Amino acid sequence: MSTKIYKNIADYLVAAEVEKREVLKVTAELKPDLTVEEAYLVQQELVRTKLEEGRRIVGPKMGLTSKAKMKQMGVEEPIYGYVFDYMLIHNGGKVPFHDLIHPKVEAEIVFLIGEDIEGPGITGAQVLAKTQAVLPALEIIDSRYENFNFTLPDVVADNASTSRVVFGTTLKSPEQFELDLVGATLSINGEIKDLGAGAAVLGHPANAIAMLANMLAKKGEKIRKGDVILSGALTGAVMLNVGDYVSGKFDGLGEVTFTVIE
Amino acid sequence: MTTKIKDYADQLAAAEATRIGIAPLSEMDDKLTVNDAYSIQLENIHRKLEQGHKIVGKKIGLTSLAMQTLLGVNEPDYGHLLDCMVVENGGRVSIEKTLQPKVEAEIAFVLKKDLQGPNVTTLDVLQATEYIVPALEIVDSRITDWKIKLTDTVADNASSGFYVLGGKPTKIEDIDLELIGMVFSKNGEVVNTGVGAAALGNPASCVAWLANRLSDFDISLKAGEVILSGALSAAIEAKKGDFFTARFAHLGQVSVQF
Repeated sequence: MSTKIYKNIADYLVAAEVEKREVLKVTAELKPDLTVEEAYLVQQELVRTKLEEGRRIVGPKMGLTSKAKMKQMGVEEPIYGYVFDYMLIHNGGKVPFHDLIHPKVEAEIVFLIGEDIEGPGITGAQVLAKTQAVLPALEIIDSRYENFNFTLPDVVADNASTSRVVFGTTLKSPEQFELDLVGATLSINGEIKDLGAGAAVLGHPANAIAMLANMLAKKGEKIRKGDVILSGALTGAVMLNVGDYVSGKFDGLGEVTFTVIE
Repeated sequence: MTTKIKDYADQLAAAEATRIGIAPLSEMDDKLTVNDAYSIQLENIHRKLEQGHKIVGKKIGLTSLAMQTLLGVNEPDYGHLLDCMVVENGGRVSIEKTLQPKVEAEIAFVLKKDLQGPNVTTLDVLQATEYIVPALEIVDSRITDWKIKLTDTVADNASSGFYVLGGKPTKIEDIDLELIGMVFSKNGEVVNTGVGAAALGNPASCVAWLANRLSDFDISLKAGEVILSGALSAAIEAKKGDFFTARFAHLGQVSVQF
C-alpha cells in the first residue's frame, strides 16, 4: 500500500502538469501528514513515470538555495528535483505560455559534471575540481499548486516546481571564475526586474552542488559524470506573461534569452 | 540666503554635532523644495570649508529603484564627500561619531578628466574615468529614525557619514560595469549580494546623471575627485562591534569595523 499512495500523489501531480491546471497542495487534503522523506518518494514515483514514458533525465536541479527562501520555508537544507529532456528550450527560443500554468523565471549557474561526485562530506572546492564546465541558464519554474501555495513536502513532491530550462550556449571552464562574485541581471522587455551575484546561492553555487552530493549519499546515490545541474537562483523569481522577451546576462558567462508566446 | 535655509542648516549642523536627531524638515515645512534642500546642504558644506575641511568628492544616493519607489522620486540625489569622512580600508568607525549608521557597498569612480554637464553621456564617463575601486559607504541620517523624504536627505548632505575605499584601483576596460558582482557580509555572514546594474542600470550612468545635475548649480566633476556611484544592495544597520566586508568581482574587497 505504501508505494501505492506515493504513486497516486505522483499521478495527481503529473496530471496537473499535463493538463496545465493548478491543483490543491497535497498536504491540504490528499495527505496532510506527508513528510519530506515521503515527498521524495513521491518525486521518485513521478520521475519513474516520466522515464517509463520515454523521457530522459538531463540532470538534477537545486531549489530553495537562497537564505530568504529557506527562511520563508523554515528549512536548513535546499531541495532538489530533476530536469527532463522535454523541458529544454533553445537559447533565444520560444516558450508557449499555454503549455504552462503560472510560470516564473530565475537566473542560475549550471554545472556540467566531469567526474562522479559521491558524498558524504563533499565541499564546494571538491565540486569545482570535478566540474568540467559552467554555463548560464534561465529556469522557468511552474508550481502545479494553486497560487504557488505549498509547504516543503508539497514542493519536493512536485519535482521542486521544475518546468522549463533555457541553457546558455557557451561552456566555460570554472577555473576562470570566482563564481560567488559572478553578477547576473534578469530583464524583461529591456527592463531589469531583478539581479544578484553567485553568493546568493548558499554563499557559493558550488556549495549547492556539494549539498546535493551529500543529500544523495543518504540514499546511496551520487552525482554522475555528465550530469547537468542547475545550482539555484541568483535572482528572485519573476512572473512571466505572454509577449515577454526575457534576458539573463551573466558576467563572463554570457547571455540567455527566450520569448514567451501564446 | 534666506533665514529659513540658514535656520534649517543650523538645525542639521546641531544634530550632527550633538548626535541628536531632528524631526523631518519636510514635516516642519511642506513648501520646502528640492532646490531649497540643496541650498541647505551647500550652506553646511560652506561652513565645513570655513572650518578648514576640503571637498574630496561626491556621492550619489537614491540610485536603486527600490529606494526611489520608497521615497516616491524618479531621480537620484547627491551629496558632498569631505576629507573628514575618509576611513582607511579595514579601519574603524567610532559608533559615537554617528547617529544611526548603515553600511552600503558601492563602486567608486576616480576621474582623470573634468566632466562638465549638461549633456554628459555614460560613454563620456567611461572615457573620463581613471579607475574604479570598491567602496563602503557609511550612511547616516540626522533625521530621527531615518524618517526621510527627498528634501530631508538632500538637505542632510544626502545622508552621508563616512566612506572607505579598498581593493585595487582597476581600469574599466574589459569590465562590464553592469555585471560586476558583489557579496556583502556582516560579521562573516553574507547579508546580501548585488550587481553593478543595481545602480540605475549602470554605475557610470549614475555618474553621468551627477555631472548633468551639477551643471544646474554650475558645478563640474573634477579630475581626481572620488565619486561614490550608488549602492549595489540594501543598506545594513551597523552596531558597535560589527565588521562589514564587501567583495567585488574584478575589484577586490573593502572592509570596515564599528
